[in-house]
Amino acid sequence: MPTDPLIPAGRLPGAFTTPGSSSFVDFLAQHAPDLLPGRRAPLPVGDVSPGAGAPHATTIVALSFAGGVVMAGDRRATMGSQIASRDIEKVFPADEYSAVGIAGTAGLAVELVRLFQLELEHYEKIEGTLLSLDGKANRLATMIRGNLGLALQGLAVVPLFAGFDLDRGTGRIFSYDVTGGRYEEHQHHSVGSGSVFARGSLKKLWRPGLDAAEAVRVAVEALVDAADDDSATGGPDTSRRIWPVVATVTAAGYLRVGDDDLGEVVARVLADRAEGHARARAHEEDPTR
Amino acid sequence: MSMPFYVSPEQLMKDRADYARKGIARGRSVVVLAYEDGIAFATENPSRALHKVSEIYDRIAFAAVGKYNEFENLRVAGVRYADLRGYSYDRRDVNARGLANAYAQTLGTVFTTESKPLEVEIVVAEVGQDAATDQIYRLSYDGSVADERGFVVMGGQAERLREEVAGSWTPGMPLAEVLQLAVRVLGAPADGADEDDRRVIPAAQLEVAVLDRTRPRRAFRRLSGVVLEDLLGSAAAPDLP
Repeated sequence: MPTDPLIPAGRLPGAFTTPGSSSFVDFLAQHAPDLLPGRRAPLPVGDVSPGAGAPHATTIVALSFAGGVVMAGDRRATMGSQIASRDIEKVFPADEYSAVGIAGTAGLAVELVRLFQLELEHYEKIEGTLLSLDGKANRLATMIRGNLGLALQGLAVVPLFAGFDLDRGTGRIFSYDVTGGRYEEHQHHSVGSGSVFARGSLKKLWRPGLDAAEAVRVAVEALVDAADDDSATGGPDTSRRIWPVVATVTAAGYLRVGDDDLGEVVARVLADRAEGHARARAHEEDPTR
Repeated sequence: MSMPFYVSPEQLMKDRADYARKGIARGRSVVVLAYEDGIAFATENPSRALHKVSEIYDRIAFAAVGKYNEFENLRVAGVRYADLRGYSYDRRDVNARGLANAYAQTLGTVFTTESKPLEVEIVVAEVGQDAATDQIYRLSYDGSVADERGFVVMGGQAERLREEVAGSWTPGMPLAEVLQLAVRVLGAPADGADEDDRRVIPAAQLEVAVLDRTRPRRAFRRLSGVVLEDLLGSAAAPDLP
């Protein structure tokens, strides 16, 4: 079995022509296991935890609305108390009808997302049909489980998965733990360092029957609340015009909300909050108002 | 002690080639045609599930004639090859030429070393930025590769159908016209039969797909149902030669 992952020069080796598996991860495990995250030789002892050099990605929120789900992520990656990136993207299309957002060690998480996207596309090409939403969620769980060794060394990846279930006609949200546990969430969920604050915000703002535009606003509000109290979560950057990544997944597929639309939502959220603060100040100065 | 019969290498290869050719000629033809926005594939195939034309990667498609189990195996190998390459390097580093080479090596090795050659003929096609950078490779059972321009016909009666396509095809035709041409050619009467025997294959019996260069990432799209009927019905049918 060639350990060189790269492409054979002569006849395609047996792993390529073995019938049966529609999984790219299974194929990699057979042909080039070194390319799988979590399957590499054990790491030497050392500290690569978030405080010591590996960028860490933070808050992701997802909520359902009538006809689909919204997923949003802030744009900050941190390294200890430093900001490693102010425009990292943490929400990705997993395939046409699902989105995946990541919190945890950024390098591993981005690699995991790439592999997950490929896994779904590979299945679709080989089988000629899409995996069910539960099937996709389970594949992701298996891949997280494969990363358990690294998670125990402090390099955890915790994704949030959301998609439109074509069989049921609704949006659904799945959360994970580092051991690969898969939990279906109802209404809304959040992961990452700012998730405690985002969840509180979602609880108060989410209501049944939101439409897509209202749900996008709720997601932005939750991220603004998370950024307000969590130093590792970045709020909207109005001077550089860096907005959170917000995407809707509906029967029409994955759609990232454009920067112009998002700029307006952010401006309204911030203006409403500024107005609230101004009222509070006025009240302090003159309690009769 | 019995001596094995001596068979000359020429005879051995000729026997294998005849065997493979016979197997391939039994199947229905696949027509691959370049059009203004990409490359179109058409074949008569009543099955909705057992495809002869498939997606390999973002800009690359695969079409085959011959034994289903053999070309299906090659197709899956091609998808694995392309996905592995894209994962190891970058999506842009996956190209039809590399895949055609891998297929050629595989077909060639099987042809010379195994007891039976693969009874398949395949096309690997890739759409580029414009028609000049489109690539169509045709691979035979013995591993030979041909870099084709414009169109390819494979399968039973390939030679005769090829002449018919060559008489009507021009670069830069719109999609509806190339599909009408393809369907007319696929319905051609058997060798020696009367022109009146030409069949009109209904849309439901066709497998049609395109690599459409105007689509953002994944260029491959199957055409069926109403979309296909509209394309086949629209525009004046090209004049019969």
